Amino acid sequence: MYDSGKILIGIIVFLLLFTSPIWYDLAFGNTSIKPNLVLPTKAGQTECVMSAEYMRDNHMELLNVWRDDVVRKGNRIFTAASGKKFEMSLTKTCIGCHTNKAEFCDQCHNYLGVNPYCWDCHVDPQKLEIK
Amino acid sequence: MNNNRRKFLKLAGLAAIGVSAGKYIDIIAKDTAHTTSPADSISTKQFTSVNVDAKNRWAMVIDLNKCLVEEGCTKCISACHKTHNVPDIGNLKDEVKWIWKENYENAFLDQENYYMKKALKDKKVPIFCNHCDNPPCVRVCPTQATWKREDGIVMMDWHRCIGCRYCIAACPYGSRSFNYIDPRPYIKEITPDFPTRTKGVVEKCTFCDERLAEGLEPACVEACTAKAMIFGNLNDPESNVRELLKENYSIRRKPGLGTNPEIFYLV
Repeated sequence: MYDSGKILIGIIVFLLLFTSPIWYDLAFGNTSIKPNLVLPTKAGQTECVMSAEYMRDNHMELLNVWRDDVVRKGNRIFTAASGKKFEMSLTKTCIGCHTNKAEFCDQCHNYLGVNPYCWDCHVDPQKLEIK
Repeated sequence: MNNNRRKFLKLAGLAAIGVSAGKYIDIIAKDTAHTTSPADSISTKQFTSVNVDAKNRWAMVIDLNKCLVEEGCTKCISACHKTHNVPDIGNLKDEVKWIWKENYENAFLDQENYYMKKALKDKKVPIFCNHCDNPPCVRVCPTQATWKREDGIVMMDWHRCIGCRYCIAACPYGSRSFNYIDPRPYIKEITPDFPTRTKGVVEKCTFCDERLAEGLEPACVEACTAKAMIFGNLNDPESNVRELLKENYSIRRKPGLGTNPEIFYLV
């Protein structure tokens, strides 16, 4: 191999640079920004419509089911596993409890770079108050 | 030499995989931890049915003798437009309207004559979606964003509307409006419980399906202090609308088209 010294050094420098985020992370601990959710504090409301694990992974699917049920079938009541009944409404039920969208929904959505278009039409009441 | 280079590349490759795999194993382990929790599969059986029922056939009777007795009354219009976040854009090209007033002769094209009752000829008539029994807008909609519910309401699903405007072309009553621009800046006071619309969808009166679900009458009916708008169930022979239609002469808009409108006007 010609110029093996230079090539080897080059490869090592490249690998170090390429993996530098990992070394940085290892050296300085947890420096990356993480979503910081603020859970709702509405009185008398301690549970979500489904378990937190389910909601974390599948809230978007649940919202689609709710949407189709309300708009297309006219069913508006959701019965949770605990037997508790909820109105299937993004603004009234979800945002009625998670009143601060910026400290809840937006945290993960911004972190993951997803931009759900729910709010193009549905109203975040808190934004109205600010206005 | 060759042998050495191969060895080196193999080792370098393995090392790279090893470094990156460590991170991913962590992530994958966390992921499977919450996707496999057992009680979480959701079935539509959990939902309970409420109010859309073929037993009902919602319709409205508008008594033109009572309507607009008060000069320039727009109570029904402002109530509806406020409840449903209908924008006031202020130019005719972009106008969005759910309920509005039209001259008698324009509303009832084929039912006017030169020498008719003056009070009627000068009348402004409140018009909105007729919730036809045979709705042409539904036939042309390529995505089923508009459809006729079992209780006769011609509904709109704004999630599904692609803005092709076939329904606007098909509706013989001009009941539908298109959002050429984002309507939000033009809504004076947003009602948070009802969504606004977005640029590129068609909208129209939905007979206040969201209020019916709560057992309330449509917003326009509630707002009409003259009681000129009467809402009820055509399938019930005892209902207020059936009684009114039995006792009075009523007309409908463009009956010859066969759309079978369900808004009746008493003249």
